Amino acid sequence: MTVVQPPDPTVPVELGEPILDLLTGFIIQLRSAGLPVSLTENLDAMEAVKHVPLSDRDTFKYALASTLVKHHNHWKAFETVFEVYFSLRGPEYDIVDESDLPELDDEEHDEPDSGDQAGAGAGDNLTPEELQEMLYRALMRGDQPMMRGVARQAVKRYAGMEPGRPVGGTYYLYRTLRNLDLDGILERLLEQDQDTDDDPPSDFEERLRRDEYQERIDKFQKEIEAEIRRRLVADRGIEAMAKTLRKPLPEDVDFMHASREEMASLRKAIYPLTRKLASRLSRKRRHGRKGPLDFRSTVRHSLSYGGVPVEPKFRNPRPHKPEIFVIADISGSVAAFARFTLHLVYAISGQFSKVRSFVFIDGLDEVTTYFEGVEDINEAVHRVNSEADVVWVDGHSDYGHALGVFWEKYGNEIGPRTSIMILGDARNNYHASESWIIKEMADKARNIHWLNPEPRSYWDTGDSIVGDYAQHCDGAYEVRNLRQLEAFVDKLV
Amino acid sequence: MSFNFADVAAVRDDLAKVDYLSDEAIAGVVFLAERLQKPILVEGPAGTGKTQLAKSVAEMTGSRLIRLQCYEGLDEAKALYEWNYKKQLLRIQTERADDHDWAEVSDDIFSDEFLLTRPLLEAISADDPVVLLIDEVDRVEVETEALLLEILSDYQVSIPELGTIVAKQIPLVFLTSNNTRELSEALKRRCLYLHIDYPDMEREKEIVLTKVPDITENLADQIARVVRSIRTIELKKAPSVSETIDWARTLMLLGVSQIDEKVATDTISVLLKYQSDIKKASKELSTADGLSA
Ligand SMILES: Nc1ncnc2c1ncn2[C@@H]1O[C@H](COP(=O)(O)OP(=O)(O)OP(=O)(O)O)[C@@H](O)[C@H]1O
Ligand SMILES: [Mg+2]
Repeated sequence: MTVVQPPDPTVPVELGEPILDLLTGFIIQLRSAGLPVSLTENLDAMEAVKHVPLSDRDTFKYALASTLVKHHNHWKAFETVFEVYFSLRGPEYDIVDESDLPELDDEEHDEPDSGDQAGAGAGDNLTPEELQEMLYRALMRGDQPMMRGVARQAVKRYAGMEPGRPVGGTYYLYRTLRNLDLDGILERLLEQDQDTDDDPPSDFEERLRRDEYQERIDKFQKEIEAEIRRRLVADRGIEAMAKTLRKPLPEDVDFMHASREEMASLRKAIYPLTRKLASRLSRKRRHGRKGPLDFRSTVRHSLSYGGVPVEPKFRNPRPHKPEIFVIADISGSVAAFARFTLHLVYAISGQFSKVRSFVFIDGLDEVTTYFEGVEDINEAVHRVNSEADVVWVDGHSDYGHALGVFWEKYGNEIGPRTSIMILGDARNNYHASESWIIKEMADKARNIHWLNPEPRSYWDTGDSIVGDYAQHCDGAYEVRNLRQLEAFVDKLV
Repeated sequence: MSFNFADVAAVRDDLAKVDYLSDEAIAGVVFLAERLQKPILVEGPAGTGKTQLAKSVAEMTGSRLIRLQCYEGLDEAKALYEWNYKKQLLRIQTERADDHDWAEVSDDIFSDEFLLTRPLLEAISADDPVVLLIDEVDRVEVETEALLLEILSDYQVSIPELGTIVAKQIPLVFLTSNNTRELSEALKRRCLYLHIDYPDMEREKEIVLTKVPDITENLADQIARVVRSIRTIELKKAPSVSETIDWARTLMLLGVSQIDEKVATDTISVLLKYQSDIKKASKELSTADGLSA
């Protein structure tokens, strides 16, 4: 360990005005991206950057992150804002028109920085095939600087970016990737490995290699995205860019409009969320309710205190758990919503005396058994989507018919302990609503709630008849994202 | 005032000397914590080195580690201080026999002599350098968090009968959380935040090399690669660093030098705890192009 005595350690570097302004602007951007930054944290960040060299970009970034971002879920949003906001600052991020690519030698091991090519771009002189070849080698070696060089050159050539053109980054990304044939390169990389080996690799070995190359390709793609972002910022300015790049936090991602990537982040978010919810709810149960005073035990205990009842003893509270019925529309547009809700409900099924689940489109099927004794709720949810018998005529939602089936088959199993949750957008394709069934159910059940994944302003427009049903329910809720779902369940239990 | 580290790189190097392999983020936050004299809240999946970080920082700075292990029901008496009632009672009885002035007695029994210090107070009143580890803080109730706030922001403890005890020197404080519940904003505001995730392949390989005696670089490399692949699969619980280390030790015991599919699936239960995860991962690992891609 080294003990260091800086020249005047109590006085950190004084920051000039420009840096403070820069930080203030950055924090404004973070706030408008939805990150809650308090005044204390703002001040801490200002203090923190005095202690790190501004030239060290990573350290600078982590200093800001550790003072400003206190939820792991918010990290990605922070990173995006950071990249955009600081993308034009710092020497290595200058937009240079020549890409710092080495000449492509025929030898295997040219160094990435062999360049004595002064001035305008060696990269520009490459043929498309040579650029492709260079990418192949960069990926094979996992050579990050070379990957960055190729990414810059590729964006410059293929993205077709023109100043002032009002298209988003995804468009440019698509155009760039289309010209690069990454799948082809991946296959080539795997084949080359085979050539150098004596035996053909096992599936296991190939899987590992594929994962490794795939990771490098993902990194390369990130470089391309960064380059596009950099050029867009140069063109449009930071503020405008920050706005277009703003992505919702995972807990705010809309179930009905999630992209593939967002779906993945949702699936990741659901486990910790259910764990958190489960432990909070069981705590609530334990603390919220104390049973009646247990005289006998209190007196027995008081003996050790000379007959003074210092420590009152309570009986265990009688468990009073509701039984829950989940009835979910799993047709296309709302399937994801149903999946997450079922997942959540089963993850906290300990809070209920029993959970039964029913899914429908125009027909209806009970799927309770899919969830019994399974370890992986995800698997069960997956089976629901592929195996349940929910199509009656044409596979377009028909709430009226589905409710009819439910009522006939299961209606008399509803009792005063039953809580019912109905999930769906109530877009009924102009079929009959049969809302009298909901009224009958409400009369028998302990309570009944309707969860709709559509924004409230869309309710009862077009073929949505949620109002018809909601009038008989104890409540109808807009549940478009994990945050709202969690809040609902928290209240329910 | 002197600091332990000149810069972030020095933190990394010194941590490596005590066998803790950090990265830019970890080293950066430890560096800042010392400069800003702020506690660090460390979150992240199980077994990724959160607790170890505090221990290693204590070791490398030559400080004493004081640990407060949190659990549901932890209270002031266990975390901060408690009066030694027995001793107080005894004293009262002797004094009564001697017919003393009550006010005097009362002053007397609420003095240092009758105070049982618990970890938080101990850390504050220490004369030697200490690192305070408040482990698994998410296990205490939200209301109990309030106990910590005074210490975390002012490095002091108020005891009604004694007054305020202020730290003689500011300890480095680590709080860890497995994120089983959201911590209060008040607590988070007082801390620097660090999320420790699973390490990347290079770092995990280094960890294996330092933690498992006599392991070859080649085997460590294979281990890190396989674990990295397994973590790309959607599982209930991904393998943690400690499980990687356990696996490496198992493979050493078995005398394995090359990991093939059979070795991997035969020993995978060291890495994965759930039966459904084991099934899924075994299946995936024997598929060349990955099902979950
Ligand atoms: N970066 C690292 N360098 C060296 N060893 C590490 C590192 N990360 C983890 N380990 C090893 O992994 C083991 C588990 O670490 P630790 O107990 O600190 O995990 P944790 O994050 O506190 O887990 P939990 O959330 O379960 O408490 C330790 O024995 C430690 O030796
Ligand atoms: Mg721990």
